[in-house]
Amino acid sequence: MNLEYLSLTELRALLDSKKISSVEMTRHFLERVKKHSDLNAFITVCEEEALKQAQEADDFIASPGENPFLCGIPYAAKDMFLTKGIRTTAGSKILDNYIPPYDATVIKKLKDQKAVLIGKTNLDQFAHGSSGETSAFGPAKNPWDKTRMPGGSSSGSVSAVSAGLVPWATATETGGSIRVPAAFTGLSGWKPTYGRVSRYGVIAMSSSLDSIGAVANSVEELAGIAGVVSGRDEQDSTTGQGDVPNYAPSLSKDIKGLKVGVPKEYFIDGMDTSVKERVFEGIKQLEKMGAELVDVSLPNTKYGSMVYAIICPSEVSSNLVRYDGIRYGHTTKEAKNLYEVYAKSRAEGFGNEAKRRIMTGTYVLSAGFFDAYYKKAQKVRRLIVNEFNEVFKRVDVLACPSTPSVAQKLGKAAEDPLFGYITDQLNIPGSLAGLPALSIPCGFCKPSDGETPSMDGLPVGLQIIGPQWGEQKVFNVGYAYQQATDWHRKHPSI
Amino acid sequence: MPEFEPSTEYKPVIGLEIHIQLATKSKMFGRAANNPDQSEPNVDIDEVNTGQPGTLPVANKEAIRLAAMVGLALNCQIDEWSKFDRKHYFYPDLPKGYQISQQDHPISKNGYLDISVGSKIKRVGITRAHLEEDAGKNIHPEGLSYSLVDYNRAGCALLEIVTEPEIESGEETRAFLTELRNIVRYLGASGCDMEKGTMRVEPNISVRKPGETTLPKYKVEVKNINSIKFAQAAIDYEIARQTEILKEGGTPKQVTMGWNEKENKTVEQRSKEEANDYRYFPDPDLPVLQFTKEYLDELRNKMPELPAQKRARFKEEFGLPDADVENLINWKELSAYFEDVVSEIDAWMEDEKGLDRNAMIKQAANWCLGEFSAALNQANQNPSDSRVDAENFAELLKMIQAGEISVSAAKQVFKVMFEKGGDPSNIVEDLGLKQVSDESAISSAIDSVIANNQKAVADYRAGEQKSFGFLVGQAMKELKGKGNPGVINQLLKKKLG
Repeated sequence: MNLEYLSLTELRALLDSKKISSVEMTRHFLERVKKHSDLNAFITVCEEEALKQAQEADDFIASPGENPFLCGIPYAAKDMFLTKGIRTTAGSKILDNYIPPYDATVIKKLKDQKAVLIGKTNLDQFAHGSSGETSAFGPAKNPWDKTRMPGGSSSGSVSAVSAGLVPWATATETGGSIRVPAAFTGLSGWKPTYGRVSRYGVIAMSSSLDSIGAVANSVEELAGIAGVVSGRDEQDSTTGQGDVPNYAPSLSKDIKGLKVGVPKEYFIDGMDTSVKERVFEGIKQLEKMGAELVDVSLPNTKYGSMVYAIICPSEVSSNLVRYDGIRYGHTTKEAKNLYEVYAKSRAEGFGNEAKRRIMTGTYVLSAGFFDAYYKKAQKVRRLIVNEFNEVFKRVDVLACPSTPSVAQKLGKAAEDPLFGYITDQLNIPGSLAGLPALSIPCGFCKPSDGETPSMDGLPVGLQIIGPQWGEQKVFNVGYAYQQATDWHRKHPSI
Repeated sequence: MPEFEPSTEYKPVIGLEIHIQLATKSKMFGRAANNPDQSEPNVDIDEVNTGQPGTLPVANKEAIRLAAMVGLALNCQIDEWSKFDRKHYFYPDLPKGYQISQQDHPISKNGYLDISVGSKIKRVGITRAHLEEDAGKNIHPEGLSYSLVDYNRAGCALLEIVTEPEIESGEETRAFLTELRNIVRYLGASGCDMEKGTMRVEPNISVRKPGETTLPKYKVEVKNINSIKFAQAAIDYEIARQTEILKEGGTPKQVTMGWNEKENKTVEQRSKEEANDYRYFPDPDLPVLQFTKEYLDELRNKMPELPAQKRARFKEEFGLPDADVENLINWKELSAYFEDVVSEIDAWMEDEKGLDRNAMIKQAANWCLGEFSAALNQANQNPSDSRVDAENFAELLKMIQAGEISVSAAKQVFKVMFEKGGDPSNIVEDLGLKQVSDESAISSAIDSVIANNQKAVADYRAGEQKSFGFLVGQAMKELKGKGNPGVINQLLKKKLG
């Protein structure tokens, strides 16, 4: 049976009607993971545990009663999610032998559904990057063109899903790490409202920004996944108190009269013109379906990257202090005293990008600099939040590009530490404001930097940003768009 | 910067930093148990307090409530909001590499505590009281090339209280710490046991030269103090040491000293001034704490009687000497027990005429602070654990007061009550200790004593007072020690008349 790229609803029906067992389905995807190991999408494949979970799911399906949405269906988790008994590395050597003693809240919820975890996906080290290339386990590759990056930091998750190695995968975002790679690989990616999904058990990058989401082949599937993973968690004080709407059953393709804001600051110089064109076509499509386009301006957008450049490393430098070689993770063999245990374990364990952010953050938080940098950045962040709040009084959602170009060649990011600066412009303000967003495929472009195997070129992502807790709105827009178009049904031929 | 009145003498300037481990069920930011009595290492731990990746802190509401109660009891200002900050440093006993503490918005600040020293009342300012999490313990086994870490204590809720540098002696320090400990115990916020480390005191001590009106430019911190007595001793020692240096024209070094309780002196621990940059910043994992007026009003309404109020009430209601009141106040459970005994005494007052209430209350205090305290301490018990209930305690006192038993017999009875429990009148029966007050029995005993001790009788009549005592003793012997001494005295005097 050909299972790849079937939707979660289709897979659910196959399992429920017992046309296939979860064990068979899991074996099928495990086979594909092995066959396409050259994509380097996975850091750890947990075949044994997966088959055990699949058997349990089959037993459950055999018993009377309704089956949960994700019961028996394989998925992959970005290697930032702690999985009890299964190695979790954050893509870093400093954790390359870390076996967590507990499950992240999201993993626990998926276990409760009897979803089947088949492996842990590759990523930029500690999610520091937007290319996937800072991974200590080598970069994941873009299934559309294996000489290109899949985008990061959720590089392995998008590589796996777009290659059909797994129906969907968990992902995390701090400043574009879901939207960018989803755009580069032609997937639908959901970056939730900050606090919609528990961060408990997900390795922290920048605590005030980290959002826990997913990538899949369609918005309809994302809405179903969102219904499972969202909600208040008593172990994460920053999760929202509000009830979680019933996203998937409430999906509506009627967007007549919906006001779609088009922010001029999101169509800037330095962006690939054909990418801009595809995105405009996507926005025109929304208008064709009855949405009303509104030109809006978000002048503080330009400060987003600067604010991020202070807040993110500050929090990163603090969150990474615990990796000290004392209790878990890499410990140096060369230490002669306590100081050397710290200095050498960390020097050997962390990659360059982590070190760069630790140094920046440590500097910014130093006595005497805190007010000038961190405090001021928080004030500007407040202005950015206010600006979005104002705009969302006038429009329902914003539409803009997810990235300024299609996927670039591997190696390009390493040449330039400022790689992705414009990408940040498009993604970071929404992250700073904690807003929900989607990236959905809206066409293809020929890359400006050489040939690519696909005749049409590489996927382009359309970004839909909603107001805080406005998941249903962005899901509806994405769902409506995908009812009218079939970009999300295009897959790489591998 | 505090300013001081100029003085003609050397004046000590002392500020205290006190850490109190709050008596919460679980840790400050996690679900692992808080158990100060735990002796096995690394059992009260979980993923949160060992700093595993991905873990997040959740503030303990009970710790916040207790901290606010202590703040209110110390007359502090509690703002509408407060927040937690991360304080970074590397140390093996600090699992996350940062301690969650409160830097610039502590739960409470600007309070005071009145203490009585000798006959005067002194007000000591409380700068702040803030919540934070405790660290674990590093253990260095002798002869081994490695160290061990016990994380049981890591993450326990601590309240750090900082005073203004307004304390001027070891005696004032003792009074302050005793009163603070009482307040915290009355609130049920902590056991405040300095030996177990649930209360830790680090005084900062310096001495002003005559005429100096600002804080001295140095200060000496003393660590390793595990009782209030040692705090007083360490401070007195430091004051003398520093004053000596100043008088010789020197300036004491800014150092951290340790109290050596065996040699009764402070010993230098480290003199290097560490310029730590803790890189404080607001913990993004923890929302700002909000204190509504309703919440604080409710805490105020639920505020139990505090030591100062109880002290005033005991003095007024019971007319006890100050020392007795103080000793009762210092043991919250014993003072409650004492009040129960007083209620039982009042019940006896209604039933039996001729009892002296004030005398009985004084007796109750004496017995609570004497026999009972000694027995409780020896058995390591609290009054509420004791087999002696207040009703039986009061009955025993009544029996002494009514002359039914002698004081020495009562002590025997009390011993049985403490060990086995029971009604004192039954125990008196069982032990045959009932006092003979019957005049005819005493009269015939005296007659036989007079008949058999003619020389002593003659001596007494010749003015030898000593002989009277001898005759009383003989009569008591005749009555097997159970004769009522008052009645014996009275009858013997009459018969020798």
